[in-house]
Amino acid sequence: MSWMLIDLTLCISLLILAVAALYARGLQQRVVFFIAFGLLCAIAWARLNAPDLALAEAAIGAGLTGALLLSALNDETDPQPPLTQPRLGRLLTTAITALLTLALCAAVVTLFPLHEGIAIQQLQQQMPHAGVVHPVTAVLLNFRAWDTLLELAVLLCAALTVLNLAPARPVTAHDSPLTGMLTRILLPLLTVTAGYLLWTGAHAPGGAFQAGAVLAAATVVLRLNNNPGFTHLRVGALRALLALGLLLFLGVGLLQTVLGGAFLQYPPSTAGFLILLIEAGAMLSIACMLSLVYLGGHLHPHWPCHAPSNGVDTWKRHS
Amino acid sequence: MTASFFIWLAALLIGLGTAVFALGTLAIWRLPDCYCRLHALTKIDNLGLGLLALGLALLQPDWIDGVKIVTIWLLLLCSSATTGPLIAQRAIEEQTR
Repeated sequence: MSWMLIDLTLCISLLILAVAALYARGLQQRVVFFIAFGLLCAIAWARLNAPDLALAEAAIGAGLTGALLLSALNDETDPQPPLTQPRLGRLLTTAITALLTLALCAAVVTLFPLHEGIAIQQLQQQMPHAGVVHPVTAVLLNFRAWDTLLELAVLLCAALTVLNLAPARPVTAHDSPLTGMLTRILLPLLTVTAGYLLWTGAHAPGGAFQAGAVLAAATVVLRLNNNPGFTHLRVGALRALLALGLLLFLGVGLLQTVLGGAFLQYPPSTAGFLILLIEAGAMLSIACMLSLVYLGGHLHPHWPCHAPSNGVDTWKRHS
Repeated sequence: MTASFFIWLAALLIGLGTAVFALGTLAIWRLPDCYCRLHALTKIDNLGLGLLALGLALLQPDWIDGVKIVTIWLLLLCSSATTGPLIAQRAIEEQTR
């Protein structure tokens, strides 16, 4: 009963926050509502017994996206244009979204009981060969490794697009003793947490995406101190780091075909090690990609910490 | 005897924490400007969450879980102690701009 009350409150708050994030007065309010929405969404996933998703939502959905939106807002110095849309367009969008939501609800209600049994049975049969104990990691990196491989490729494409987009945003943070203290406390903790999440992915919620997001959060914290973090690398090293996850994944997959198996079909005896290897590479790449997306734009090979060293102010804002 | 004492103590702490949260929310709602609201907000973060965390930590059957909950509170202390002044600083900048 008490859980039902909490769930009901959660659902209603989510709906209210979603509406507020769409229709609040200014951009700033909308962003704040969006971050709050992401945090409550993470709690909702936790209530649905999906801690992996809850971790990812809290770290990426609320945390990193929130930081990205806030810093984008900070760049927006021009008076904000009124956020209006033609009425017909708004109606049309609402109608299409409502129809899509209804269709999805119908699909979930009608299909779920049918497939749940079969999928879980198959998963339980196959789990001894997975190399890991946590079923989510087993599905993501072994049974449906193709999906994850392509996800990494999509992320890489996004990061490459960002690299080609425009110069990186200017560093607007000021050095403050407060953020310095916070960084000194948080940075070691974030690094250890990322390592823990990576390692624990084999038998409990966690894994490369969550660990990568935590590392990227460390970059965000570093940036509060004008420190470029991860992306202080030479462009070549940065690119190598970006591609590392995908290349490792592909390499391990292809190695199996060379050894006589199918692509991405690991032998059960080494599956655990191979998955950890892939996840370690993926974590570094994901952290790098997310940091890049947060910093925005192509970076100067040597990040200017304080003053530009040569005459080309690539990091200065376009006007 | 001691077990029930701990449960009552936990209930008291959680009740107090909830009261602080309720009061703080009211304060954010009613207080006039950013600085006053910030004052209320940091009280909620530090005191309310601390009381809640201590209460919940007492309720954990395994002591290590209690330590984890208190660690969460300590981390939040660090972050709220940093964000409070940063927000205030930003508010001053926007006022004087």
